[in-house]
Amino acid sequence: MKNAAGVELPEFIKGYGEVKPFAGAFAGYGQVRKVAVRLDSVQPGKTKLLESIDEAIEKVNLRDGMTISFPSHLRNGDYVINQVMEVIAAKGIRDLHLAATHIFPIHEPLVDYIKRGVVTGLSASYISPGAVAKAIMKGYLKNPAVLRSHGGRPRAIEGGELHIDVAFIGAPTADAYGNINGVQGKAACGTLSYGIADAEYADKVVVITDNLVPYPACPIEISQDYVDYVVTVDSIGDPSGIVSGTLSVTKDPVGLRIASLAAQFIDEAGYIKDGMSFQSGAGGTSLAVTAEVRKRMKEKKVVGSFAAGGVTGYIVDMMNEGLFRSVFDVQCFDLKAIASYRDNPKHQGMSGSLYGNPNTKGALVNNLDIMILGATEIDTDFNVNVITGSDGIIMGGSGGHNDTAAGSKLAIIVTNLIKGRLPVVKSKVTTVATPGETVDVLVTERGIAINPRRSDLIEKLKDSALPLVPIETLREMAERLTGVPKPIPFSDEIVAVVEYRDGSVIDVVKKPLD
Amino acid sequence: MLVTKTAQAGSTANSDVLITVSPSETPGIHLQLKSKDVVLKLFGEQIEKVIMDKAKELGADNVTIKAEDKGALDYTIRARLQAALERASN
Repeated sequence: MKNAAGVELPEFIKGYGEVKPFAGAFAGYGQVRKVAVRLDSVQPGKTKLLESIDEAIEKVNLRDGMTISFPSHLRNGDYVINQVMEVIAAKGIRDLHLAATHIFPIHEPLVDYIKRGVVTGLSASYISPGAVAKAIMKGYLKNPAVLRSHGGRPRAIEGGELHIDVAFIGAPTADAYGNINGVQGKAACGTLSYGIADAEYADKVVVITDNLVPYPACPIEISQDYVDYVVTVDSIGDPSGIVSGTLSVTKDPVGLRIASLAAQFIDEAGYIKDGMSFQSGAGGTSLAVTAEVRKRMKEKKVVGSFAAGGVTGYIVDMMNEGLFRSVFDVQCFDLKAIASYRDNPKHQGMSGSLYGNPNTKGALVNNLDIMILGATEIDTDFNVNVITGSDGIIMGGSGGHNDTAAGSKLAIIVTNLIKGRLPVVKSKVTTVATPGETVDVLVTERGIAINPRRSDLIEKLKDSALPLVPIETLREMAERLTGVPKPIPFSDEIVAVVEYRDGSVIDVVKKPLD
Repeated sequence: MLVTKTAQAGSTANSDVLITVSPSETPGIHLQLKSKDVVLKLFGEQIEKVIMDKAKELGADNVTIKAEDKGALDYTIRARLQAALERASN
């Protein structure tokens, strides 16, 4: 069968189950149900502090075939997954589904557990290029990996599709009764947004900390009523892998041109105005767009309602200059963002669910006006790939890409027309992460294409001096420069399932033929 | 075009190619192409053809061509190759 993104899918995928085909970006809305939670209540006088990870695994009665989760903001500095998995593997427990939020190169030891059958299932919102991605591509994982967006993951947890037996939550600071925060301690990472659904819905929750403080661990982000046990370790993470010192605006002239075109477009489309809301990524070009938007907001003396996202010091500065009244934060990217989240009540944290879960009474993305996004590839139907490289190898994931594209009023993809020799604008993307119906504009250094669905934008900019062209023209330009890439042969073996935020299957990743 | 010595053109900056040409004992054009896996998969054959065609057009023979590609486009590859060959032949 073919889904609404034009992708051919089987009705059933072994190790995944029945396929609910993607039926359109807004087809999943309506009446939904959340699951009830099973928990073991804690009577007064009981202690939660355990001696070791080993003891915690005994106490939660971890068994073969269970689902364990590792929500994390520690990025490539995370020590929690490796430490816990080492103990689990030593105990001979097997056939686990590892429900992560992010997989980074630091998680390379997982490859061995995958090969040995300790880990047979893996789900995540983002898998960076590296050993684990390669292992998945080689088909070492018994069941296909499942990729969900930042909103799709909590939706799956709350709806019961992703039932977590035991959640292991790394806490930069905790007290002995399970209250935790992310703003203190040597592994401070800021918000703990991704772990909130895990804490609320997992049968058992184990907090792992390297900074045990006297009760209570204020400012509490995840509270004791969700936590079964607390374990201390020497270190939960390497600060240099968790946060960046400073992220900087690109100096690349191509990136700067894209940024200036994008800002001009936003302005001419009428989106620079009082009350505007804005989100962009932390990449160099996205930051450059933010810098251009900042300039225009100042010129027009505009005060925005909020900026959201993965938050950088740059966004914090804009709030402090009075350009935004508040900030909504799902991941702090640098030290300035962490400090601001800790100290400024206008800098508001949000759960992954509040950020992007479509099965709620309104995720924050629904309030976004302007969203700046990147792309590995974009096709002439405006479908975007941020999952695989042009060679079909996993190198990312939706993160909040398809959540924000669906929610925002103006979803803008900013990208070079070609990256090195690889064309970014193609007739068909290798993997669809974000459906074209939710993407409004593509801005490249050689032209801007408006999605024909946005006739209002086309009308509004009809007299613009901006280089507006059909997306097909951009594809032709790209291919004229690079040549037509040789098609990659794939096998029929599905190594990963890409879910849209509503839980339908929007695409699959197949094993390439060598 | 007679290649009498080793010469280079280009660089290993992004979107460029570093071409090194040197005389070869054996007749013909001996090409060694290095690039990122994804580029080789999608464009390897095309890049080889661009280099071979240009080398033949310039009448190169008894030559080893090493191309260390960093995502260069065809016209860059041709220009770097021509520069390297001309430097190597006088």
